[in-house]
Amino acid sequence: MFHAKRRTFLSIVASTGLALSLAACGGGGDTAQAGSGGDGGDGAIRVGYSQLGAESGWRTANTESVQQNLTADNGFDLTFVDAQQKQENQIKALRDFVAQDVDVIAFSPVVETGWDDVLQEIKDAGIPVVLVDRTVDTTVEDPYVTHIGSDFKAEGTKAGDWVEENAPDAKIFELQGTLGSGAQVDREEGFDGVVGSQVIGKASGNFTRAEGRTATEAALQAYPDMTMIFTHNDDMGLGAVEAIEAAGKKPGTDIQIVSVDAVRDGLQALVDKKFNYVVECNPAFGDQLAELIKKVHDGEDVPKETVVEETAFDQTITQAEVDARPY
Amino acid sequence: MSAVQTSVRRATGHALFWPTTALVVLLVACSVASPGFLDVSVRDGALVGQPVDLLRNSVTPLLLALGMCLVIATGGIDLSVGAVMAISLAVSLTYLDGAADASDPATVVTAVVLGLVLGLAVGAFNGMLVTLLGVQPFIATMILMVAGRGIAMLITEGQITTVTSPPFKALGAGSLLGLPQAVVIGAVVFVVVALVVRRTALGMLLESIGVNRESARLSGVRARSTTWTVYVLAGVLAALAGIVYGAPTMAADANNIGLFFELNAIVVVVLGGTKLDGGRFYLSGLVVGALLLTTIERAVIIFQLPSTTTNLFKAAVLIAICIAASPRARSWVQRRRSTRPEPAPSSAPAKDPSAKELTA
Repeated sequence: MFHAKRRTFLSIVASTGLALSLAACGGGGDTAQAGSGGDGGDGAIRVGYSQLGAESGWRTANTESVQQNLTADNGFDLTFVDAQQKQENQIKALRDFVAQDVDVIAFSPVVETGWDDVLQEIKDAGIPVVLVDRTVDTTVEDPYVTHIGSDFKAEGTKAGDWVEENAPDAKIFELQGTLGSGAQVDREEGFDGVVGSQVIGKASGNFTRAEGRTATEAALQAYPDMTMIFTHNDDMGLGAVEAIEAAGKKPGTDIQIVSVDAVRDGLQALVDKKFNYVVECNPAFGDQLAELIKKVHDGEDVPKETVVEETAFDQTITQAEVDARPY
Repeated sequence: MSAVQTSVRRATGHALFWPTTALVVLLVACSVASPGFLDVSVRDGALVGQPVDLLRNSVTPLLLALGMCLVIATGGIDLSVGAVMAISLAVSLTYLDGAADASDPATVVTAVVLGLVLGLAVGAFNGMLVTLLGVQPFIATMILMVAGRGIAMLITEGQITTVTSPPFKALGAGSLLGLPQAVVIGAVVFVVVALVVRRTALGMLLESIGVNRESARLSGVRARSTTWTVYVLAGVLAALAGIVYGAPTMAADANNIGLFFELNAIVVVVLGGTKLDGGRFYLSGLVVGALLLTTIERAVIIFQLPSTTTNLFKAAVLIAICIAASPRARSWVQRRRSTRPEPAPSSAPAKDPSAKELTA
């Protein structure tokens, strides 16, 4: 984190000079023209990126992927600001980006609402916005050019499809993520849309191992005929493994586990035959993002929604694949 | 008044009557909703079953509440305990992660000691702010409540550090003498602290500070060092709670470990009959409070309530208990119970004839 902050500070200092010379560029202008001013220096695309924080291993992997792909070698001049999960930090960073008149602004919003003013300012400044991972709810018209992120609902559907094909008789207990979060709502909707009739109970484990464990302990008692757990992330699934083993049962056999995320620990559980199926929620889409930002900068048409390429794993996964996993 | 009525009045007037009743009712309701809920069996030489799980999961809130209760007795509060859990676990697991052999018992002991020392340091810092600098306890401990997670994140470098170390894991998930190790740890610590507090003058000194710091000091109580001591103790207990809580899953999740647990600890203290304005405190009530809180959380799933209503359910139960145990409600119930009009008995637990039995 220090490292990122330091770099941010330096690049703000560096780009303030640039911003001064480009101050005239502040007027209107549409997406396609907006980038033109920034090509002044070395031709690199100047990107202001506001990450929401580092709340999970997934997010850290996401940050690394973005920083590794938006490099000077790839033709980017990245200003990366970590908002530490505070909206006011993020709004401040976005205003700084406007003041610096960067070519493209990309950010993962901490929350959905409260962006009206700052998005309007960005729009007035004519800087195109790329939303990453999460979305916003705003009254500003056409607030962003494109959104890149995972399709949580598709992830849930993918998990449901596997269950329908491989365990059509399973009685499923669903371990929900933090209630109201996009990942919880959409994964549940996608999964239940396919095999909702097989779900016999649900409880929230707040995306954490410890709470996944306690919720599963209780669920084993409350739903004795359960044969499968669908968990909204790997961490809760790993907690469930603990609880199932403590109850003298075999995770993966007595009680199957289907999960979403595919972090290394989750895939290891797959190798160890404790998980049965893991749908990937891919944080390493920095390459896709870089390509998208280039297109936006060049004024090419981009789809409103870009879905991150994601796959899924079953127990045929090898140890070598797990070890190669960067996060 | 008959002897029966007197004993009923005594029972309902007892500070722990309603929390205990709620606990029993919840346990019975759980076993009705899910037959076999109260069954305990032996597997691989260890007791297993829902009651055992409840005991194990109660250890964390109990340890936190134990420190919190003593701090509250002095008229203070410690909001940093949840963050301290995250820091101590981060320190212990990061040390294990870097160690050559994470399963070596000596390494594990070092890791645990490091975590506890960190809790001690944090407690000493809080105590210094409160006693030496005279910062309000609420503000002084809020500093680390907010900043503590940042420290934990620095230690884990923003990652969720996971380690494999069977001896460390056993602290939270293993068993000793047939009981979960966590329960043994919790019981031993509770008994030791209770003995030290109640068999020495410490408990009385704490209460005198809580009632009136200045008069305690003038009477020769070393208010400053005594208050400092309880903040240190609260820090160490929170560190221990973090280790016990995080050990089963062996994952130092700086953002989530112990999140809002300071509030749980305060709820347990209040459920146990201790008032937040300092003075008298009841240690035995903490056991009931911790078990009750854990049982409420479990009951939500056992009753198969939709997960969107779980917070509502928890709140409803807690509000009901607080209302039932409030001085007004208790004196009202007691007045209704008495056959002839008489002046309402004093509701303050301090003057309650049964209050003496409460002290652990």
